[in-house]
Amino acid sequence: MNPQLSRRRFIKAVIASSVAAASSTGFHSALAQDRPRGAVERLISLNINGQTRRVDVAPQEMLAHTLRYKLSLTGTKISCNRGECGTCTVLIDGITNYSCSTLTHSVRSRAVQTVEGLQAADGTLHPVQQAFIDELSPQCGFCTPGQVMSAVALLNENPTPTREEARQAMSGNLCRCGAYDHYLNGVMRASGQSS
Amino acid sequence: MNDYKLVGKDFTPPDVMGKVTGKAKYAEDFRVDGMVFARMYTSPMAHGKVTHIDASAAEAMDGVIGILTADDVPAVEAPNGAILTNSPAFIGDPILAVAAVDEKTAEDALAAIKITIEPLPFVTDPLDSLIAGGPDAREEGNVYARSREGSGFRTVKWTKEQIDDFRAGKEPTGEFAAEWKYGDLDKGFADAKVIIEENFVTTGYAHMSMEPRTAMAYWQNGTCYVHGSAQSHTFWMPGLARLLGIETKDLVLISENTGGGFGSKIGAYPIAALPGYFSKKIGRPVQLRVTGEQEYYMGSARVGFQGWIRMGFAENGKATATDVFIIEDIGANATGGDASSAGGAISLVYDPDAMRFRGLPVLTNTTPRGAQRGPGQNQIAAVMAPIMDKAARELGLDPLAVRKINAANNATTVYEEQRGVTSAYLEEALTMGAEMFDWENRRQQPKKNGSKVRGLGIGQGYHSAGATGFDGLIRITPDGKLHIHTGVGNLGTYSFASTSRAAAEVLKCDWENCEIHNGHSEKNLPWNSYQAGSVSTFAHTRTNYVAAMDALRKMKLIAADTMGGEPDDYDIDGQRVFLTENAAQGMSYGAIAARAIQLGGEYSGQTYPDDINEITQRSVQNLAGSGLVGVAKDNLPQEGTIPGLACAFVEIELDLETGKYEILDYVGIAECGTVLFPAGLAQQMKGGAVWGMGMAALERHVYDPQYGLPANVGYHQCGIPTYLDVPSVTRTGAVDIADPQNPFGARGIGEPAMGCSVAALTSAISDALDGHIFGRTPVSPDMIVNHVTGRDQSFLPLQTNNF
Repeated sequence: MNPQLSRRRFIKAVIASSVAAASSTGFHSALAQDRPRGAVERLISLNINGQTRRVDVAPQEMLAHTLRYKLSLTGTKISCNRGECGTCTVLIDGITNYSCSTLTHSVRSRAVQTVEGLQAADGTLHPVQQAFIDELSPQCGFCTPGQVMSAVALLNENPTPTREEARQAMSGNLCRCGAYDHYLNGVMRASGQSS
Repeated sequence: MNDYKLVGKDFTPPDVMGKVTGKAKYAEDFRVDGMVFARMYTSPMAHGKVTHIDASAAEAMDGVIGILTADDVPAVEAPNGAILTNSPAFIGDPILAVAAVDEKTAEDALAAIKITIEPLPFVTDPLDSLIAGGPDAREEGNVYARSREGSGFRTVKWTKEQIDDFRAGKEPTGEFAAEWKYGDLDKGFADAKVIIEENFVTTGYAHMSMEPRTAMAYWQNGTCYVHGSAQSHTFWMPGLARLLGIETKDLVLISENTGGGFGSKIGAYPIAALPGYFSKKIGRPVQLRVTGEQEYYMGSARVGFQGWIRMGFAENGKATATDVFIIEDIGANATGGDASSAGGAISLVYDPDAMRFRGLPVLTNTTPRGAQRGPGQNQIAAVMAPIMDKAARELGLDPLAVRKINAANNATTVYEEQRGVTSAYLEEALTMGAEMFDWENRRQQPKKNGSKVRGLGIGQGYHSAGATGFDGLIRITPDGKLHIHTGVGNLGTYSFASTSRAAAEVLKCDWENCEIHNGHSEKNLPWNSYQAGSVSTFAHTRTNYVAAMDALRKMKLIAADTMGGEPDDYDIDGQRVFLTENAAQGMSYGAIAARAIQLGGEYSGQTYPDDINEITQRSVQNLAGSGLVGVAKDNLPQEGTIPGLACAFVEIELDLETGKYEILDYVGIAECGTVLFPAGLAQQMKGGAVWGMGMAALERHVYDPQYGLPANVGYHQCGIPTYLDVPSVTRTGAVDIADPQNPFGARGIGEPAMGCSVAALTSAISDALDGHIFGRTPVSPDMIVNHVTGRDQSFLPLQTNNF
């Protein structure tokens, strides 16, 4: 049996996409309904930073929205909100994705990692975060969480990239302050190579 | 060499940790109980009049809380920007806002509102407005001149012949609105061996800060709390209070982190007041989320130039005369002043013996303009560099030598008044840069390799880099800790932290024993300058210096009062005040602070100087009794222009077949007095270099002249430089000679860091093309290919805001 289908039957948390469920009244009445054909389950489980998070997600909702406004993970920033700038970059099963342009429903059963999930339990920073501090990589800092996540993904795949490889890998992340040089210094330092 | 403990040393600014962990909160990251979401309806027309609004369907929708229109906010006199308007003058001008329980409902409600707008004539290129019979961007006129004598609209038209002559490169003969001059211009040109005459265009382009200017507000007991995206902090307070119709004492501004500003968030902008009005109307906290696209529309843009310049040079390369005429594209809200600043920059960087500036600010129905990193100085830097190269070529001189002979120095005089400078060492910067870049050797290398051709360029940047008269406020608490209160905004330059170290330097405090209080009115901040115009370093090392000196004076008084002798008998170190002749006899800073609280009066802030700003006064009142308070207004002597200067050397490899070029090497040298924070300076120089690279080749406004529609509202359409557009390594250095009018010798650098870059690139492009001057930014690959193949360009001479 498809476990997702089973869970769906158990929860019966379904509503039609046109019904707003922002109010608790709407939400609970939705629970009592049978799901119309073709409707999308709204109360879903997400694997965020290794934890299961239950969250009410509208059918058209983007992951950045869910993270920021439903789960209070505001480290993920929204800037262009159209898949251009990389400010909202998160890792989905280890791969960089623009969360502003990723449907939340499409990441069920997948592992989502945000900037909040990088620090160790004892507070130790991820090597990329520490290197970005040591190299004074950020300026205004708004693009920094996205830059951090792209660098983490790169080093997971390629622990000792050349500077040019790093430049290519990071090129999906814009920085209006123009701190590219210092971010690359940070990536190289995090990889154990001198910047 | 100095023996500073902190000045000139690297450190980790306290906000970096939050930036890399995602814990740093920006305006949109805050939520409060009961908060609702507002979205804006913005003008789909370039110019018009709202004649009818039917919001009945929206108001009836579930979840809609309220609607705010121009009738709910103060009317603003044209051409100034309004919070909401019924007379939109550019696409994206905010007309109304809807608040709802969530953003989707607010969006749905906006779609249900019917707005009737009567279209009015519009224009997207100043010359199309200036020509006889051309449309005016405002019903009141097509020119808005601001001056000390008075500001106002007027209608200025040139004949078709005058426009045609201007486009053909001849000296403009039409009416202008501003003029200043110095020296004998005729003599200057008579003394010249070479005279260069060019016309030029620098297209405006959007700031595109990555954090859109989202704001949230609520009221508590008559106080308005605003979470905003502010480039400056306390400098915002009077302007935002004015917009909200309240006193500064009734305003709390929270802006601890700001996702870029670049001049677009210097002072409080109208839309920052919208949530305050909306919250008052509906009785709930309101967050107005501004989208990335709306940030393009209303986040302001650089002023565009269309100009003409004639410049004379003596046989040795010395500039003898400059005559410059600039038409400014000042958008719909008449924000500018760039042209005169450009003239001022010429007078300083190239120091001609005589000069005349004429300017005409023309309104267009394009996005509002605002100061953008080096407003005026950086546009003209791009224009001037190839002109200097052309002069050098015609005189048979090294382009470096022509820069050096004209380089700003301690004797340089500036602007119409020909006032002096605090200090300037641009020649030293050029020498340092040429050495790092290996200019002499590179000039000897072969230029052409198949379709690839190398180009070398030199650029110079300038901006006045200091301000005076602001306040400093510090406090030492009984635990011995130094608290530095700063109203400097946090826009990513780290100046709020680096200038705070000035106080710790004076008081010889360990940096680990210091705490910075910033970004929130309730942290009791002093009246500080705007974070723009490269002023923070100069201005706030001074304010923190005077506050620390005030604290030092008080500490010595307390020591003398407690332990005997005279205040001058005491010295400080190791966070102790002690007798100079017997260091064992002393008091810790903590003990001094405790004694200050006992003594009260000026020692702990019960009294304070009369001349500090009311914002600082309130902060001192709130802090009174909590420690030893050092507070003072910066009344240190200051005379003359405070220059921030920089130069850059660049090598490009240009492909004649594709018109694209790659930047092979870049060296930028800062001349900003004593280096305050080396890593921060490198960041500014490198980030500025990226901005210059964007202006030279990529960034522009594109408007459809038929419908007035902007064609490039996204980052990539705008041409924001990416990792792949700029070199992965840029090299920087600094002259590091102290300025005599700053206690630590420091001046600012943010803007010239960009000007030198764009100038070096326009110079290098010209060099690669055997001296051809496009007289235009950006220079796109198709322009290069058209030139190389002898084809006409796809635009009219002097056309702007075009593809």
